[in-house]
Amino acid sequence: MTGSRVGSGGLIDRTKPLSFCFDGGAYSGFSGDTLASALLANGVRVMGRSFKYHRPRGVWGAWFDDPNAIFNIRLAGDEFPNCQATTTHLVDGMKARAVNAWPTARADLKGGLDYFHRWLGAGFYYKTFMWPDWRLFEPAIRRMAGLGHLDRNTVAGYVSDQLHDTCDVLVIGGGAAGLTAARACAEAGQEVVLIDDHPELGGGLYRRGLAIEGEAPEEWVASQQKAIRQAGGRVLTSTTGFGVFDHNLVGLAEHRGFSSAPRLHRMRAGRIVMATGALDRPITFANNDRPGIMSVEAATEYLGRYGVLVGRNIALVSNNSFSKPAAERLRAAGAEVTECDATRGPIRALGGKRPSCVEIGGQRYACDTILASGGLTPVVHLWRHAGGKLDWRDDLAAFVPGNPGKSMIAIGAANGSFDLEDALAEARNSARSGSVSERRGNYRITPLWPKPGSKGRQWIDFQHDVTLKDIEQAARENFVSVEHLKRYTTLGMASDQGKTSNMAGLAAMAAIQGKSIPETGTTTFRPPFVPVPLELYRGHNRGQMRNPLKRLPLEAVHRAAGAAMGEYGGWLRPGWYGDKSEEEAIRAESKMARDAAGIFDSSPLGKIEVMGPDAEAFVNFIYYNTIKTLKPGSIRYGFMLTERGIVYDDGVVSRLGPDRFVISCSSSHVDGVNALLEAWRQDGNDPDRLFVHDTTANWATITVSGPKAREMVGELGTGLDFSPESFPHMTFREAAFQGAPARIARVSFTGDASYEVAVPAAKAETLWETLIAAGGKRGAGPIGLEALSVLRAEKGYLIVGKDTDGETMPHDLGFGIPRLKKQTEFVGDRSLHGEVAKLETRRQFVGLAVTKPSGPLPVGAHVVDIREGRTVSIGIVTSSYDSACLGEPIALALIERGQARVGEYVKILHLGETRVAQVASPCFLDPAGERLNA
Amino acid sequence: MQLFPCPFCGLRDEREFQFAGEVGKTRPNTSEPVSDADWDTYLNTQRNEKGAAREIWCHLPCQEYFVMERDTVSMDVFGAIALRKDPS
Repeated sequence: MTGSRVGSGGLIDRTKPLSFCFDGGAYSGFSGDTLASALLANGVRVMGRSFKYHRPRGVWGAWFDDPNAIFNIRLAGDEFPNCQATTTHLVDGMKARAVNAWPTARADLKGGLDYFHRWLGAGFYYKTFMWPDWRLFEPAIRRMAGLGHLDRNTVAGYVSDQLHDTCDVLVIGGGAAGLTAARACAEAGQEVVLIDDHPELGGGLYRRGLAIEGEAPEEWVASQQKAIRQAGGRVLTSTTGFGVFDHNLVGLAEHRGFSSAPRLHRMRAGRIVMATGALDRPITFANNDRPGIMSVEAATEYLGRYGVLVGRNIALVSNNSFSKPAAERLRAAGAEVTECDATRGPIRALGGKRPSCVEIGGQRYACDTILASGGLTPVVHLWRHAGGKLDWRDDLAAFVPGNPGKSMIAIGAANGSFDLEDALAEARNSARSGSVSERRGNYRITPLWPKPGSKGRQWIDFQHDVTLKDIEQAARENFVSVEHLKRYTTLGMASDQGKTSNMAGLAAMAAIQGKSIPETGTTTFRPPFVPVPLELYRGHNRGQMRNPLKRLPLEAVHRAAGAAMGEYGGWLRPGWYGDKSEEEAIRAESKMARDAAGIFDSSPLGKIEVMGPDAEAFVNFIYYNTIKTLKPGSIRYGFMLTERGIVYDDGVVSRLGPDRFVISCSSSHVDGVNALLEAWRQDGNDPDRLFVHDTTANWATITVSGPKAREMVGELGTGLDFSPESFPHMTFREAAFQGAPARIARVSFTGDASYEVAVPAAKAETLWETLIAAGGKRGAGPIGLEALSVLRAEKGYLIVGKDTDGETMPHDLGFGIPRLKKQTEFVGDRSLHGEVAKLETRRQFVGLAVTKPSGPLPVGAHVVDIREGRTVSIGIVTSSYDSACLGEPIALALIERGQARVGEYVKILHLGETRVAQVASPCFLDPAGERLNA
Repeated sequence: MQLFPCPFCGLRDEREFQFAGEVGKTRPNTSEPVSDADWDTYLNTQRNEKGAAREIWCHLPCQEYFVMERDTVSMDVFGAIALRKDPS
C-alpha cells in the first residue's frame, strides 16, 4: 500500500463516499474521484496489462494522456467497454475490470508472455506466421489481441444529441490562460464560449496549489467564471474539443454522465483560442514501464485535484526546473522526496510490481515511487487539425504552434509559455490580435532523449510495448520515415494516439539517423483528439430520421383494406392485400387482374412537367427516343440515358400541348430524374424559356387494369368515350372527376388495357372508393405491388435497375432503332457508338422458360457456358416468378448474345445447383397485343 | 465541414451541395462526328486542379447551379456566381 488519501484538500467531496469493485475486489472512493484516483487512494497500483507482453502497468498520467489503465465497466446491468480509468469519474456501484488481463490485472495468466520478448520484436507476427499462410494464424492472433470485449446488448437510450452552434470566439481549455482569455474577449463584447474537458474549470491551478492574483485557486476560478458569465460568455464543462475541421468547425463532445451518450456540438467559431496546456513526457530508461512510475504532473494532479498522495518515498527524476515546486508540494503533503537529476547518467528502475530504487549514473536512490518528467510538450493536436504548422524551439526542447492561423491562436502552455505570468499576459492580449512582446521564461530544461544502443528494456510506447530496441530494429530494416516507423512498430497507435510516446519515438529515430528532431518531423495529428463513441457521430441520424419513407395519401385506406405495407423504392406501398399467405395472395390478385381487373395505387409514379417554348427540343434531347413528333394528347414510351449511354430510367412522356410535357418516370427515380432534368436545363439552355416542375406529390394516381377496366372507368362520371376507337392505347384525356381536374392515361404496365386516373391528392379517397365499388360487382379488386410485378414480367416489361444493370444500353433491351435512326442530338448518343457499345458479346434482355416441376429459377442465378473446359458466366436471371395465369414459372434475364439464342437451352447455376432453361422472347403473354389494345 | 455560398440561399453547410463539374467543359456537338478520343476526354478527364479552381456546384435544396471559385488546398472559398451570370 503506497498511495493514500490525504486528510484535506482537492476537489473531491469527502461527505459523499461511493463504493465500487475492481477486478473482483471491493473499494470505496469519493464523489469527484476518477476510477484511477480512487484506486490509487486505496493503494492499488497495478491497473492493467500491456498489449503484447502483458507486462503489469500502473497509471502514468492523471487525465487523457494515460495509456495504461483501461477498464470494462458494468453498471446497472449495462457493459461499457474500454473506459479510461483516469478520465472516468466514479459512480456508486461500478464494477470495473482491467482489459487484456485474466483473471485480474495483478495476476494475469498471460503475464508469462513477457519471458519470450526476445522473439516478439517489431514485425514478429508478419515474419513468423507467413508460412504456409498468414490466414491460418490470423483468427487465433486476433483473439489474443485487442482490448475490451463488447457486450452484445445495447444500452437503452444511449443516443447522442447533436447541436449546431456558433460563436465569435471559442476558447478551448479552462485553465488560467483560457479563463483569462475568455474573460478578456467577453468583456471586449465578443460572443465567447469557453470549454474544458474537466467537470471543474481551473486546469493546472490545482496541481500548482498556489495563490493566483492573490486568490486561492478555487476562489480565483469562481470569480473568473462569474465575470465571463456576467459579460455574456458561455461556459461548457466536461466538454472536449475533439477535432477542428474545415472552415473553423470544432467538434465538441459534452459528457453527460457515465451511462449517457455524449452530446455533439458542431461549433462554428469565428476565432479559436487554443489554451490546451502541456503534458509531461516520459523519460526513456530501463524498466520505465513499471507500476509506480508516473509523471510528475500526474502526481501533483492526483494530490491537488483528488487529495491523493501517490507514494510515501518518492524519487523525482527530472531534467527541468518545474520539478522543484512539485517536489515541495509533495513534501508539504507528507512525502519524502529525493530530487534526482535525470541527466547525470544512465537510469534504471529496480524492483518488480513496485519500485525498490532508481539507479542514475551508478548511484542508487531507494524509493517506493518514481516520478519522471522529461520536459513539457505543448498539446498542439487541434492546431495541426486546423492545418497550422509547428516550430521547434531549442530552448524549450519542444514543438510549439508556428505561423499564427487566420482564425486560430494558441496561448499559455499550449503555446510554450509555461510560466503562469507569461500565459496570463498572452491571454489578456487575446481579445486583440497581435503577439505578446516579452516572455519571462523561467522554465529551464536540459534536453534528454532516448540514447540508442543503451542497455535495458526501455519503453517508448507503454500500451503497445514498443521499446527503444524496436525503434532501432525498424531503422535497421529501413523503416526510417516517422510514418513508416509508426506503422511498422505500432508506435503511437495505442489508444492515447502517441500522446506519451511520439516525442520519444521520433527523438530516438532522429538520434539513430543523426538528424535533428524537427528534420525527422512528426506523424499526422488526426481527429478525434481523445476516443469518442461512434454514437456521437450518429445521434438521431438513423432509420426514419436518416431516410424517411415516402407515404401515400391513401395509406390509411390501404391499411383498412388489409394491405401488407412494404418499402418499394423509398415508398411505403401495399405489397398485397388480405390475410392469405403472401404467395396465395399474389396468385389470387394476379389471376383476378387477368380475369376481371386489378385496381392499384400508382401515385408514386413520377409526374414531372416540362414547360416552355424550348420544351419540345429539350425533351427530345433528354430522351433516347424521338419525342418531337409526338402529338398533343399522345403518349410515348422511352428511355433516358446517361452520357455514357447507360439506361438511367424508362417511362412514358405525355404531350399536353405544344409547349407542355409530363414525364412519367419510375416511382423510385423521381428525385434523380428531376435532378437530371434540372442539370441539363441549366447547362446550355436558356432557363427562362424552359421550366421543370415536379408535381408527383400533387396528383394521386389509381390504375385500373384488365378486361373489365373500361367498364369500371366508365362509372367515374367523366363523360369521356372510353371505346378503343376514340381512346386508344398510348393516348390520354383531360377531364373532370367530381369537380376536380383529372388526367386519364391509357398506358399499360400489365399487358392488359389499363387506365391511369390521376386526380388532385385530396380527391384520392373518393376516386378509390368509386373504383372499388365499380370493381366489386365485376369480380375486380385491389392488387398490390407484388402481383403487379408478376403481371408486368408475364408481358416482358422491364424494371430499370432490376432487369438492367450499370452496363445496359437501350439496344440490349431490343430498342435499337433510335440509336441508328434518330437525327438530332440526345444524351448519351455518342457513347452508343463506342467500342464497348458495338461489342457482339453484349448481354441482352430475354425471357427464360422453365418446366413447372422444378419451380421458378432463383433471381441472381448465373447463366453459364463451358469455354475451354471452364465454367463461365454469360448472364444472370434478373426477375423470376411463378405465373398463375400462364400456369408455369417465368423468368427474365440478361444474357450474352441473348437475342440470337432464342430457342436454345442454357444452363443455370446457383449455389452449386444446375438447372436448364430455354431462352425465349421476354413477352410470354399476348405477343400480338390483342388484350393490350382491346 | 465547409460552408459554401449559394448565390441564392447564402452560406450553407457543404452537405447540401453536389459537385457538378469543372468550368469550361462543353459537350461536343454530337450532330457531327466526334472522335473516340474527344468523347473520352469529355466523359472522363478532369483537370483536378491543385490550388485555385473554378467549379460548377448545385445547391440541392434550391436546385440552382452556380460557379464557385475556391482553393482546393487551403479550402478557402473566394466566391460564387449564378451559372447564367457567369461570363465564361
